[in-house]
Amino acid sequence: MRPHGGTPHSDAARPAGGPPGGELLPDPLVRAAVRPAEVLIARAQVLDPRTGVDAPHDVLVREGRIAEIGAPGEIDAPPGCEVIDGEGRSLFPAFVDPHVHLRTPGQEHKEDIETGTRAAAAGGFCLVAGMPNTDPVVDSASILRSLRDTAARQARIPVGFLAAITTGLEGRELTEMAALRSAGALGFTDDGRPVVSAGMLRLALQYQRLAGGTIALHEEDPALSAGGSMHEGEISALLGIAGIPSISESTMVARDAEIAGYEDARVHMQHLSCSASVDAVAAAKSRGWHVTAEASPHHLCLTHEAVRGLDTSLKMNPPLRAEADRQALIDGLRSGVVDCVATDHAPHARDEKELPFEQAPMGTTGLETSFAALHTELVLPGVLSLDILVERMTAGAALLDLPTPRIALGEPANLCLVDLDAVWVVGEDGYESRSANCCFAERELRGRVLLTIAAGAVAYRERGFAVSAAPDLGTAPA
Amino acid sequence: MNHLLSISDLDRVGIERLCDRAAAFEEVGERDIKKVPALRGRTVLNLFYEASTRTRTSFELAAKRLSADVVTFVASGSSVEKGESLKDTVLTMTAHKPDAIVIRCPWVGAAALLPRWTDAAIINAGDGKHEHPTQALLDVYTLRRRLGSLEGVRIWIVGDVLHSRVARSNILAFREMGAQVTLAGPPTLIPRGVEALGVEVRTTLDDLREADIVYALRMQHERMHDAFVPSLREYASVYQIDGRRLGPRQLLMHPGPVNRGVELSGDVVDSPQSLILEQVAAGVVVRMAVLYEVLASARADAPVPEPQTA
Repeated sequence: MRPHGGTPHSDAARPAGGPPGGELLPDPLVRAAVRPAEVLIARAQVLDPRTGVDAPHDVLVREGRIAEIGAPGEIDAPPGCEVIDGEGRSLFPAFVDPHVHLRTPGQEHKEDIETGTRAAAAGGFCLVAGMPNTDPVVDSASILRSLRDTAARQARIPVGFLAAITTGLEGRELTEMAALRSAGALGFTDDGRPVVSAGMLRLALQYQRLAGGTIALHEEDPALSAGGSMHEGEISALLGIAGIPSISESTMVARDAEIAGYEDARVHMQHLSCSASVDAVAAAKSRGWHVTAEASPHHLCLTHEAVRGLDTSLKMNPPLRAEADRQALIDGLRSGVVDCVATDHAPHARDEKELPFEQAPMGTTGLETSFAALHTELVLPGVLSLDILVERMTAGAALLDLPTPRIALGEPANLCLVDLDAVWVVGEDGYESRSANCCFAERELRGRVLLTIAAGAVAYRERGFAVSAAPDLGTAPA
Repeated sequence: MNHLLSISDLDRVGIERLCDRAAAFEEVGERDIKKVPALRGRTVLNLFYEASTRTRTSFELAAKRLSADVVTFVASGSSVEKGESLKDTVLTMTAHKPDAIVIRCPWVGAAALLPRWTDAAIINAGDGKHEHPTQALLDVYTLRRRLGSLEGVRIWIVGDVLHSRVARSNILAFREMGAQVTLAGPPTLIPRGVEALGVEVRTTLDDLREADIVYALRMQHERMHDAFVPSLREYASVYQIDGRRLGPRQLLMHPGPVNRGVELSGDVVDSPQSLILEQVAAGVVVRMAVLYEVLASARADAPVPEPQTA
């Protein structure tokens, strides 16, 4: 296992909770061994909303760190350094996804860590957090250690893992949260399922004071949602499909935010889908409760209208909702009530999705299309500014107590180079993911990731993207 | 018409054309030898994933009266119970080269998936709670025979709309034919957002006398996983169509099978205002018209279209 960039886990937002027993926690991120990048990205339009940079620059990466930032054309490539022409392209801090399903262990026919992190790198991500609803569930330190060992061989970019809140995701007894943290768990979630019992959630939030780490919640009251396959509304009425009412989510968001406030605990609301949930998070934040939230590209770009054709790639949980819900999510993302974008990348094999809508499993892939979809649907029409989008696509790191990617001297290189004008059709050239259940399939998107550098190493190059090495070639340092 | 997946595949002209063709087939049923050779040599596969007596029987009769060969595949006891997917079942059946597949399935949109996997013409005989287009056609046919036209006719659909594919297809068909549709039933059995289909919603039968036609739906015990109404007794006391509620000039319809004493009282079922047996009889000729249309007319090896749903 090789540590990624070696930066300390700084600015732990409150109350992170100390490491159990005061001992040092292991680096929660793992990836396969890499060669540090030696790259000059010349003349790209550098945009980092946190440092306020938005201008053309040369950026030199040496031994995996940002070694120099200069005016365009100012930096000469050192011997052996690859030169990448960034002219007319944009260079962002690489993105962070706090919510992906890498399907390992046990469901490698859908995705594994190699294909999942390859898909992430292709989407411009330098860090993803895997969910524990695998087979077996990541609910013990030994399973987590084994998973991290696999990631240390397969992961193309740094990856961390959340562990289950309750054993087997069954909502009945707490996992050994302290032991899981000591084994490297980023935090805890029963994602895919809600913690139905308020009492059980309260125990977990109390125990968080010992174990630390965020507690991420999939909010859904099964008494309201059971049997549903899509948003309850006029489309479900027309199709005769049982609906999932928005109150099944929003009532749980409100309940759990209040429990978190009472316990002075920290919770993260996963994949908000409806207007009332955004209101509940805003109310919680205004009271000073430690509640954060994410929204997914599909909920920000699509509505239940898209489900009319019964394409099973558009079946996900929570479901695509009404236009007013989508607008509330966009407003929340703009204002910061919704802290970050998370894809909820949920791959399924073709034959699993090739079923009548009600029978098909929930989920869409999202890593490879996240930026392009949001850029096309929100930034280009002028609904959201590019710098806010980049900020929200990197904000997931802080929520997991991880350092946020920055384009600044001395920082580990977490960069993605994007051609904002490139037009491509989703799925036309296949996917890096093992699965093809993408809700944006066949759509024309504008904005393509050309290159991703994750924690100091080149993790992805777009196939057609030409690279030129510096003329006085030396051998790259090992 | 290559397939009949949803009633929205048809406009008013198309519905009228099918009704006219069905009327022309009436005469076949009156003969001693109830058969015409229109579909001789064609194979019709009935693929039924759900219990059905009248729909299956009337499709079989319709196909046989047109001289088609009919095979009926009932899912229970078959490979479906061994875990075969819908796709694999359809691929397997397609190896026998059916010209048409009539499918009844408990899942919404199942019929609309089939054109991906087979060149056969697909007729939706009910897909989950979504649609039952041939039921809507036979209901329109029955009403046209009685009234001549549905233009301006006020139709109340009463009962369990939530679980009813008949209601969804009939709302679309009745409105396409110019009728005004009102839904009435327990608030727990009216789907949220259904007004978007252009219907009025009532929760009592107080104004039932406004209706020209009272279309009662079956209380679907088999789809009731939860208690949507406190008891059938309470349901009957508020929503049963009986001699007291049904006015003398109103006509009564029901898709069958009837729960006597629940949604309908026995006396109205047997009254001269009931069109229920006319609906059953119309089922055969309307399905003959549908089979004829997808198999004999205008199907000159056109390319298989993308699956359509609505």
